[in-house]
Amino acid sequence: MLSPENSIRVAGVSASTPHCAFRTPHFRVHVRAVAVAVACLLTGAADAWASDGAASFAQVARQIQPKVVKLYGAGGMRGLEAFQSGLIISGKGHVLTVWSYVLDADEVTVVLDDGRRFSATHVSSDPLTEIAVLKFDPGDSEVPHFDLSAAATAEPGARVLAFSNLFGIAAGDEPVSMLRGVVSAVAPLEARRGAFATNYRGDVYIVDAAANNPGAAGGALTDAQGRLLGMLGKELRSSLTGTWLNYALPVSAFASTVDDIIAGRFTPSDLKEVDRPDHPLSLAALGIVLVPDVVKRTPPYIDRVVPDSAATTVGLRADDLLVMIESQVASSCREANRLIERLEHDAAVRVAVLRDEQFLEFTLKAEAKTPADNATE
Amino acid sequence: MILKHRTPIFHSICILQFAICNLQFVALKSRAIGNELDDQVLAAEQQRIATIERISKPTVAIFDANGQGGGSGVLISPDGYALTNFHVAGPTGPALKVGLSDGRLVDAVLVGLDPGGDVALIKLLGHDDFPAAELGDSDTAQVGDWAYVVGNPFLLADDFRPTVTYGIISGVHRYQYPSGTLLEYADCLQTDAAINPGNSGGPLFDSAGRLIGINGRGSFEKRGRVNVGVGYAISINQIKRFVGLLKSGRIVDHASLGATVSTDADGRVVVDDILDSSDAYRRGLRYGDELLKFGNRDIHSPNAFKNALGTYPSGWRVPITYRRDGKEYETRVRLAGMHRQGELEELLDVEQQSPLPDQPRRGDPPQPPDQPNPDKQPPRDSPAPDDKPKTPEDRRRARRPRSQAKLPKAVRPFYEAAPGYANYWFNRYHLQRVWNSYLARGDFAETGWNWNVAGQAVAGGDVAIELSENEGSIVLPAGESGEEFGPSLTETSGPPHSGGLLAALHLWQRLLLLGPRRFGEVFYLGTLPWGQDEKLADCLAATHAGVETYFYFDPEAGNLVGIQLYLSDEDDPCEIYFADIRGVNGRSLPHHWVIRHGDDVFADIVIKSYDFGAANSQSSPK
Repeated sequence: MLSPENSIRVAGVSASTPHCAFRTPHFRVHVRAVAVAVACLLTGAADAWASDGAASFAQVARQIQPKVVKLYGAGGMRGLEAFQSGLIISGKGHVLTVWSYVLDADEVTVVLDDGRRFSATHVSSDPLTEIAVLKFDPGDSEVPHFDLSAAATAEPGARVLAFSNLFGIAAGDEPVSMLRGVVSAVAPLEARRGAFATNYRGDVYIVDAAANNPGAAGGALTDAQGRLLGMLGKELRSSLTGTWLNYALPVSAFASTVDDIIAGRFTPSDLKEVDRPDHPLSLAALGIVLVPDVVKRTPPYIDRVVPDSAATTVGLRADDLLVMIESQVASSCREANRLIERLEHDAAVRVAVLRDEQFLEFTLKAEAKTPADNATE
Repeated sequence: MILKHRTPIFHSICILQFAICNLQFVALKSRAIGNELDDQVLAAEQQRIATIERISKPTVAIFDANGQGGGSGVLISPDGYALTNFHVAGPTGPALKVGLSDGRLVDAVLVGLDPGGDVALIKLLGHDDFPAAELGDSDTAQVGDWAYVVGNPFLLADDFRPTVTYGIISGVHRYQYPSGTLLEYADCLQTDAAINPGNSGGPLFDSAGRLIGINGRGSFEKRGRVNVGVGYAISINQIKRFVGLLKSGRIVDHASLGATVSTDADGRVVVDDILDSSDAYRRGLRYGDELLKFGNRDIHSPNAFKNALGTYPSGWRVPITYRRDGKEYETRVRLAGMHRQGELEELLDVEQQSPLPDQPRRGDPPQPPDQPNPDKQPPRDSPAPDDKPKTPEDRRRARRPRSQAKLPKAVRPFYEAAPGYANYWFNRYHLQRVWNSYLARGDFAETGWNWNVAGQAVAGGDVAIELSENEGSIVLPAGESGEEFGPSLTETSGPPHSGGLLAALHLWQRLLLLGPRRFGEVFYLGTLPWGQDEKLADCLAATHAGVETYFYFDPEAGNLVGIQLYLSDEDDPCEIYFADIRGVNGRSLPHHWVIRHGDDVFADIVIKSYDFGAANSQSSPK
């Protein structure tokens, strides 16, 4: 298991091995983290490296800060900050960030490091990785941006820098904050937000800097040379220990989705081809008709149930609010449809509804010969 | 892969082996690359060890007189002046105990307070060879620079050897809203080096070990009152402006421009309100003007203006640039105080009595201030872990001047309570120091009131000045002017357009002949920039016959280098800039006077002779 290659990797970051780092078995990550930490202690002063030809952190800061923006949107009450961070990913003003309530506003404002303000439109978002792409119009000038295709990867022990508007400190016409740390581990995200588990379960960079503070979500994690490694996620606690996590989603987790979004190939309700059943289930097939989907997040109230359908049989009623479908939160009509369409047409589906302040659970299965098409709204 | 199912014990052995092997590999690797990297790394390590050794020495732990409370501080002079936070030294009262990094515990006394900037100056007693920190330039700090935080977090060190944390500068020129009504952090430094409770008042050093800030605040939220990667330090460049004023023993006020700005529809920063009694107004700034620069800082937003303004003490003169109708104007504006006389003190009492609000101001930017949380104690029983006394009652008591008798013996001779002062003893001391140093340049007590001064205007023409106890006259190329010096000098503005030159000369005489004690009300203001080169000068503020006069002294030579006379608050002062100071019969006298009023030079005179006549024993005080 020991090879010279291992010890060379500790010295820094490999830009050429994109995906293999994230396949490491869990415990080996820890082994390597410890060893690398020891090795780092030995090799010591990274500031000496700066004089060795590599860019100093100050130079990296000047290069990265213009590419990280401050986002202002919904929130500002009950401990919910109305701000977060974002990465400029195209010269034309595409901004990658984390999907959150902050974006759930009529207008999201993008503020650059020099204080220039723009209004941003929502391009698309992916509920699975919880990323969102916004766009502002920088006019004729091309804005400095990250190139996701040129992103790097890092191994445990590598020095990293985190750029974000944590705590909303950079409130004026000033660049975002910069923290430094080390990759502690590359491990699957096992985290929750309140009682809810996160959708994304893939590998993330766990770092020892207090990178994920309020407002930091959507910020950049780079290596010591300023190459993009990932995007800082929202505040999460480990579901194993309950401690706050400091982590970033690796670029590989979202790069292709972002490409699709920018290219216009992606729609939020689209599921990956592999996940999409050949013959998907529909709410109509179950005999459920939701209220008209009028706003972005229409609550999924049942408008009526089709007589003699599965829904009627199990006892679902009009005015029930759909809360969960197969343990997933159905937060809107759109989401409810999307969750149902992930299931095979003949699957038994477990739903939870809220009725008169009571949670009720039902399991129902579409009847083979329901006149489903007629029930479609 | 094959280790996957082994026992945990086996894992740990593996880890160890792996670590050791890795050590060998690293060693091999560096050998393979050659000694070059090796030496560089070792040299960097050695340098860091040396720096930490050096910056640990001036760092001190601060407690109240009973060894309770606690925070950090840093020595800035061998005679024992040390900086800390107002929120550390304010509540302790005038007597403090200070732990040095070599384990000594010494007495210290409060000197001056800057509640607006959360800075306090204290003085360690009993020695004049304290290790002092080297002051740096916080304006050169850049995001990404390495930085050290040294101090006394959680009051960990029983032997006062400070804790060192290491990180980078995360942000510069940050603005943090006041916590309560005071403690504004303008233009501060942000670092990810850990700053925890107990670090308050301690130093932030750059990678070369130069002092660039005083740590005092952090952003904390739901993760408890421990570091979460964001600490703030008051910049040393701001403190450099205040230190000379704090030494006066006063409670020092921050500055206001007398005008406010906001962003207009075109995004320009414009004056939206201005007091016509302000110096800014007299220098030409008007409603609607676009503010471009303040104190050599570009102003792109009202925030940037607030950030720049917050670093100046009351009385400082700052260059500004503004634009009107497409034309740019540059001028220098004297800043007024933020608070009326006595107002700051009242605020302090209120502040000390009521606990700071729990919730920071929300909005843009929502920023939690450093909040002491009385429920959450650092994991030690004693000494008390928080930076602040426990109850409002404690705070009130701490603010009240204590009777001399209750102070420790070592502190008693160095403390004197007086309204408006943190410690009046220092005012008396420095007033005496400045005056003694001036007297060493010549005793004027015997000259008498009758002076004849002859000179020549630089522009051509003779100048003759005659002064006596009750009247004075001046002959200038432009004309002649005389004044009587009655019980009130507020109308004594002659010669015209000078702002009161004759009154200023009369008060100069008065100070020389009577000395500060018999002059009237005289106190030591501290150091303010004076003259062309903006060098810091010791300033005595003197009130007599209804007018205020400021006398500026060169702190090194002790010479009087300027006089500034305010006939009223609404008028520009008469300013006399003295230069070419030479001895005449054992008395140092200025041979070049530049007299300014407002934006104009009233006169520029080369003095040829001073004639003090015969000493008049009637009016001469001694």
